[in-house]
Amino acid sequence: MHAAILARFVVLEARRSGLPWLVAASVAGGLGLAAFLSQVAVTESLELQTAIVAALLRACAVFLIAAQVITSTQRERDDKGLELVLSLPLSRPAYYLGRLAGFVACGAVVSACFALPLLLWSPPQAVLLWALSLCAETALMAAAAMFFSTVLTQLVPAAAATAGLYLLARSIGAIQAIAGGPLAEPSLPQRLARWSVDAVALLLPRLDSVTRTDWLIYGSPALDAYGAALAGLVLYALLLGAAGLFDFHRRNL
Amino acid sequence: MIRDERPLATVPAWVWFALALTLAAQIGWQIVRPPSPRAASDLPAPPAPAMLRLASFGEPAAAARLAMLYLQSFDLRAGNDIPYRELNYGRLIDWLRAILATDPRSQYPLFAAARIYAENPDPRKARAALEFVYQEFLKDPNRRWRWLAHAALLAKYRLKDLPLALRYATAVERLTTAPDVPVWAKQMRIFILEDMDQLQAAKIMLGGLLASGQIKDPAELRFLKQHLERLEAKIQRRDARRQPK
Repeated sequence: MHAAILARFVVLEARRSGLPWLVAASVAGGLGLAAFLSQVAVTESLELQTAIVAALLRACAVFLIAAQVITSTQRERDDKGLELVLSLPLSRPAYYLGRLAGFVACGAVVSACFALPLLLWSPPQAVLLWALSLCAETALMAAAAMFFSTVLTQLVPAAAATAGLYLLARSIGAIQAIAGGPLAEPSLPQRLARWSVDAVALLLPRLDSVTRTDWLIYGSPALDAYGAALAGLVLYALLLGAAGLFDFHRRNL
Repeated sequence: MIRDERPLATVPAWVWFALALTLAAQIGWQIVRPPSPRAASDLPAPPAPAMLRLASFGEPAAAARLAMLYLQSFDLRAGNDIPYRELNYGRLIDWLRAILATDPRSQYPLFAAARIYAENPDPRKARAALEFVYQEFLKDPNRRWRWLAHAALLAKYRLKDLPLALRYATAVERLTTAPDVPVWAKQMRIFILEDMDQLQAAKIMLGGLLASGQIKDPAELRFLKQHLERLEAKIQRRDARRQPK
């Protein structure tokens, strides 16, 4: 119950901040870019618009949610709101998970808002799958941003770590493919490099296999692969939640 | 970032359990679902060179090399006996061309075309890779001659296509002007002509090369003179055979 109240406050805070305006500006910017591109493209103009707008809105969604989580957590700390809330009969897990649920709900609303304009160019089923995937992705990034802003306690390190995790998770598949190429001599350093990359990949989500623009252009993905990719995201979000909760318990407030 | 931490014992047991469980599940999940290797059909259409330059944020040399690493990871792993066999070479060559246009001084795309992609057992694909090397050689012969020289050797020994080898060797001989281009590269044409049984042309070329004074090394000079003598003898024997008895 307490967690639900906290989640509601987080959503309320987001609604009263600049987040809705930024979401609207992102959609407007995406539509404007699409209109411009449709004028200059000589072929595949619909596919071009879909691809560019979807990629842009995906990046915007992740950035806006991560920024919202980090700044909100920082503000809570600076205003001593955290100490105030914990002085009430409220458990630490309820506080942490409640706020996280609020941020996840914000991510779901942002994902839905960003999926709507894509209905102009893509079939509803593909857009629905894309939106659900974006929802899971923003939930994961909300958990990551909350984890880092709790652990690192400062704005810039938390933002850098969140961005680093996101970029690495989006590119780890390509990095693994490059590291696994047999063209290089099979030397010890080469094997060590490959093992290191594989070990890092075990601790990362596979963000390169979700919220893909090609679903919107070439049709929906196979449902089993889609389900597995989303399950991987949910699992990693749970891991980040557990790790954040662990650290939050150790904080001496 | 100095933190005031409580002892680990303050963390409830269920949080320990949740952390251990989710961590084990994450690692287990990634182990049982390794990323699938990139298949040949996954190779997307190449970006325009201008887009690659834009994406490089002012670092075209780094971007071109990263793009090459990305490109060479397709159709390469997981039970693939012959790398690049299934690759769409039209698309591949467009990629190589875009990367080379991003950083024209890089030798990587030409190396890959001549030494990796031209090794494809499908002669059509090998020829496509060699033709890419030839076309790009024409844009900067003094810097790119070595790859066309290699292409000439591949055409001669692997494809057994002497006219194609002669075309490449002729281009190397005629279009390179830099002093650091070795004489062997310029002499390739002579030996290919000889293999094609065009002995007279080979003799004229070799004689011209010796008369030009380009060859300074005495051992090389001696070897080529002996070769010229052998050529003349060969021509005489051939002419004798052709005389009506």
